[in-house]
Amino acid sequence: MATAAGPPPDDSAVPAGGRTRTRRVLSGIARPYRDSHGVGRFMLVTGTVLAAIMVVLAVFAPLIAPFGFAQVADVDGERFGNHLEPGGVHLFGTTTQGFDVFSRVVWGARTAVTVVLLALVFSLIVGVLLGLVAGYVGRWVDRLLVMIMDSLFALPALLLAIVVAFLLAEHIGGGAATAALAITAVYVPQYFRVVRAATVSAKEQTYVEAARAMGARSGTIMFRYLLNNVIQSVPVIATLNAADAILTLAGLGFLGYGIQPTEAAEWGYDLQRAVTDAGTGIWWTGLFPGMAIVLLVMGLTLMGEGLNETINPAIRVRRMLSITLPERAHESRPGVSPVSRQPGPGPEQDGEAGKDGAQ
Amino acid sequence: MSTRTAGSLRTYLLTRVLLFVPQVIVILTIVFVLMRVAPGDPVSVALGGQRSEEELAELRAAAGYDRPIIVQYWEYISGVLRLDFGHTIIDNRSVAEIFAVNGGATLTLTVAAFVVALLLAVPLGLIAGRFRDTPLDGSLRVFGILTYAAPVFFVGLLMQLAFARGLGWLPSSSQASPVVTARVPSQTNIFLVDALLAGDTAAFWNGVQHLVLPAVTLGLLLTGTFMRIIRVNLIQTMRSDYVEAARARGVSETRVVIQHAFRNAMVPFVTILGLQVALLLGGAILTEQTFNWNGIGSQLVRYLDSRDYIAVQGIITLFALAVVTASLLIDIINAIIDPRVRY
Repeated sequence: MATAAGPPPDDSAVPAGGRTRTRRVLSGIARPYRDSHGVGRFMLVTGTVLAAIMVVLAVFAPLIAPFGFAQVADVDGERFGNHLEPGGVHLFGTTTQGFDVFSRVVWGARTAVTVVLLALVFSLIVGVLLGLVAGYVGRWVDRLLVMIMDSLFALPALLLAIVVAFLLAEHIGGGAATAALAITAVYVPQYFRVVRAATVSAKEQTYVEAARAMGARSGTIMFRYLLNNVIQSVPVIATLNAADAILTLAGLGFLGYGIQPTEAAEWGYDLQRAVTDAGTGIWWTGLFPGMAIVLLVMGLTLMGEGLNETINPAIRVRRMLSITLPERAHESRPGVSPVSRQPGPGPEQDGEAGKDGAQ
Repeated sequence: MSTRTAGSLRTYLLTRVLLFVPQVIVILTIVFVLMRVAPGDPVSVALGGQRSEEELAELRAAAGYDRPIIVQYWEYISGVLRLDFGHTIIDNRSVAEIFAVNGGATLTLTVAAFVVALLLAVPLGLIAGRFRDTPLDGSLRVFGILTYAAPVFFVGLLMQLAFARGLGWLPSSSQASPVVTARVPSQTNIFLVDALLAGDTAAFWNGVQHLVLPAVTLGLLLTGTFMRIIRVNLIQTMRSDYVEAARARGVSETRVVIQHAFRNAMVPFVTILGLQVALLLGGAILTEQTFNWNGIGSQLVRYLDSRDYIAVQGIITLFALAVVTASLLIDIINAIIDPRVRY
């Protein structure tokens, strides 16, 4: 789950042959989809579709959900009834409290997407910034930060999230921001590690040296030159972490430290209520929110793995080797540059294939 | 991966053990800071409103929470060094006692889950690696992602619905039936061991039945990761020269996997176990909650709910120490069995 091995900073800028910035960004996003093959493409596309469905549910929740997430009666004021079986007006049935399960699943998508996006932004800002500074400045700053981050990483993720959520709930209440910050605490160390490693290797490159020789200040070097380059390693972990974050959020909700039920619909909380129902054979209160979690997490995981397979050239080798003679790999190793612009199978092995297994 | 003299193992072990000390201190500091940034001292947070102001002040003074924070920090660190993790506020138990009494349940659950994960992941991972890039490999990969994507409590819920409620094969919660629990005297606090010590096979069997669903639920969480790593390791091993030599001698592919590649493919597997301990403990908290399993996770939730900071701090400290110690042990084992690790 934790992505320890980050992809090397490959594929620098897209050829800037008079293209506008927007087009460059768009083609940057489209590139993994264009460049992928076989299993990688299948995973990337399936994952994107699954995640996109959930994002659509989240964005258009007010239009899709027939009822509010805490609504127990229809417009005429007639109560829904508790534990109604799926079907009719209530597509997925109703819960013990009389909530409409389908509506809660849809609103839950909104909660999950919001919290994970918030957490992603928070942890990217903190993690990338600290990683960049630690990698570039080095010395005691680096050592101290590495030690703190390693220690945070050693704590069980869920435990850390629980404690942070628990403490924050006392100050700022149990809303989306609390849950997002709790999740942030869990994932900052991962971005830190990857960005720091990328910075350490990138700062030795000639272009950084050139900038320094011209008298550029540290801030300029870090944010103008290094940031663009080290950020390349982020998308894969960001996607995989987003998947993990959904699980952490649901875990928090399940234990009762996530978003308070009065504030928003949350799948983990719904599952907690459903455990009691399971004893009496009521399956619909748990099955649907659970399925929603599985679909979203699977979507994001498939996306992340597909991206990894496409962006990270070290893994491409594996697919190639299954077709061609494996021993060729060793002969061409020494003269190989880590930068690859070739979309198709090229001779770019670095003998590190299988490092992806260290996740 | 430089080759050094035979002394390098000792150097490596020494460095690794020395690094352990600052790591533990940093972790303890983080836990302490996390638990104390909250306003209010632990006594008033846990008992405020229930006792009179004088009583609270007395309790505060007795526990030392009226002293400067730096003194309290020192007390905490030196306490941990003496293996004293503090006393809970709401029911005045020592944290060590919580671990002694409830640790058995968590230990049973995690060990059983680990065994389930190995039993599933080793054969499946080998099959996936042996038949890689075939539809079989693909579907195993999807299975792996599925086990990861499904939260433990959802899997637990489905298990309860299917095997406890639907088919009625297995009990759905707690460690044993109440009648049985009352019958078996508690000696080691590990129910299955207690049942054996009492010579009560019926109780033992009852405990095993209760263990199956939680263990499989938590075990599945690890299965995906394990499978993946075994598969990748196997594929890498299958590329090495000695495997090629075996192939050249005409040994069949399946036989190569089982007789030649298997053992070497399992070595790197040990490396990742360190991280899995943390995952396992996190999953155990959720599994215990799902199956009403009275382990440390359940206790943690109970003390969190009653805002007992000292209990929470103690439990987290012990959890963190367990993870760090486990990764230390794994690194040492790894250095001994795989010379390439030493630096």
